[in-house]
Amino acid sequence: MSSSLDTIAAPNAAPASAGAASSRGLLASFRGVRLGDLLGVAPFLLFAVLFLVVPTLYLVVGAFLDAKGSLTLQNLADLGTPQILSSFWISIRVSAASAAFGCVAGLLIALAIIRGRLPAGIRSTVMTFSGVASNFAGIPLAFAFISTLGRLGLVTVLLKLYFGVDIYRAGFNLLSFWGLTITYCYFQIPLMILIIAPAIDGLRKEWTEAAATLGATPFQFWRFIGLPILWPNLLGTLSLLFANAFGAIATAYALTGSSLNIVPILLYAQIRGDVLNNPGLGAALALGMIVITAVANIVYLVIRTRAERWLK
Amino acid sequence: MKRGKPWAWIVFLLGAAYFLLPLIATVQFSLSIRRGTLSLDAYTNVLNSPQFQETFVFSLVVAVATIIVGLLLVVPAAYFVRLRAPQLRPIIEFVTLLPLIIPPIILVFGYIRMYNSSSILPLTNSTLGTNVLLTLAYVALALPYMYRAVDTGLRTIDVQTLTEAANILGANTPTILIRVIFPNIIVAALSGAFLTLAIVIGEFTIASLLNRPAFGVYMQNIGANRAFEPAALAVISFVITWAAMGMIQLLARFAPRTAPLTD
Repeated sequence: MSSSLDTIAAPNAAPASAGAASSRGLLASFRGVRLGDLLGVAPFLLFAVLFLVVPTLYLVVGAFLDAKGSLTLQNLADLGTPQILSSFWISIRVSAASAAFGCVAGLLIALAIIRGRLPAGIRSTVMTFSGVASNFAGIPLAFAFISTLGRLGLVTVLLKLYFGVDIYRAGFNLLSFWGLTITYCYFQIPLMILIIAPAIDGLRKEWTEAAATLGATPFQFWRFIGLPILWPNLLGTLSLLFANAFGAIATAYALTGSSLNIVPILLYAQIRGDVLNNPGLGAALALGMIVITAVANIVYLVIRTRAERWLK
Repeated sequence: MKRGKPWAWIVFLLGAAYFLLPLIATVQFSLSIRRGTLSLDAYTNVLNSPQFQETFVFSLVVAVATIIVGLLLVVPAAYFVRLRAPQLRPIIEFVTLLPLIIPPIILVFGYIRMYNSSSILPLTNSTLGTNVLLTLAYVALALPYMYRAVDTGLRTIDVQTLTEAANILGANTPTILIRVIFPNIIVAALSGAFLTLAIVIGEFTIASLLNRPAFGVYMQNIGANRAFEPAALAVISFVITWAAMGMIQLLARFAPRTAPLTD
């Protein structure tokens, strides 16, 4: 999924502890209303169970069942084919590369617009654009990059025309690891900017001034103060971006068809045809994806909670 | 020292090049369907195609249904959690994070297995059932954004006082929700709605695997078969996303506040 996680990621999860205290008093005085309250929350929870939890568990359990319904580890063992292993490997590489690039580029851009003393207005323009670009994913993004870096794309043609560089002859291919990574950065970088900007705002001016007064160079400031404070945020966002890229399929599918075997595309083909005549193997593939994205997301959530303590 | 730092300019300009070049290239490509001259033919081809109109309307209807169902689920839940059941908050927050942890392709795979023709609730048996399933899948996708938007809206108003005042005037809970709470958070709810629209309108994976004639599926199909029309579609999608995000920014200015911000 490559839609805007920014609304979620923005650290605005202020728990209503004050409200909690006063409503506990209400709860005591309105004991009879409780059933009604539960009725208000019940549809939400029922929906979550039926359309989020159970379908996922169904696949997880399915990964350990054979065609007759008895327990087996064969499905997981079947993941060991060269095709499936290589698809996991390329997915991990694309996700890691686009997350790393997105992280570094996003951080630099965020630093430039917040601390680079650029003209007023640039910051809000960049933030608005980031909101749009982080949502501009899926099929249309693939079309945009085909128009840009495809064989007849504008940049490809201009480079050939004015610089005599044929990037395709030089070995570049949009339908490859690098092509996919460059394309994914289009939603990864804006996401990074949106998430890291509040953290950079949290670096107080006083710290820079105090460090400067004590004779620190800008390098020393970043090496010993800035980066150590941002570090948890950076690591957390890195894992979030990784998960974001790992689950994405539409862009890759529109870009490469099924010529680039990343995990979601393999799973897509498997669901489309149930071609392997082995429902268990599809479920095992799904389990592999769930495990990887879940681990990445949990790392993000854990680190974010810790990071928030510092940036108040 | 007001002048921008040189390194900041370099980073900014490089970034601008990376983000603007694909847009320029796409616009340029979408206009060059005729050799040697610029024309809007790619756009007229797309906009006049009955398939475009049908799939776009289909996706728009599904998006509206998603928003309505999403609000019906989220508003009461967020209201009661904030007002009287804060002990449920961790559970609800965990649920709203699930769609971010579970990729859409996993979700739809689970649905296909669980709600197929031989299951207890065979939603995929009929067109209507599949459309319902598609809508519910989108509700799941939009849940994090919808919940966060509504919860932020609730935080900016004084839920406690409004509820008590309405109670004293003799309103029951549904009345309070519909006539007091909802009108006060409508701006926040709308921004959640526009975000949902931006996410749902071009969604491909779920619609494609459920075999629904959605806009995302149509775009993929055009991408595989045409040269210039996809670029036109990309420009149209970008404008839609931009419009949806622009609406959210615009709405933020009209947010009502019945109470000073307490947190």
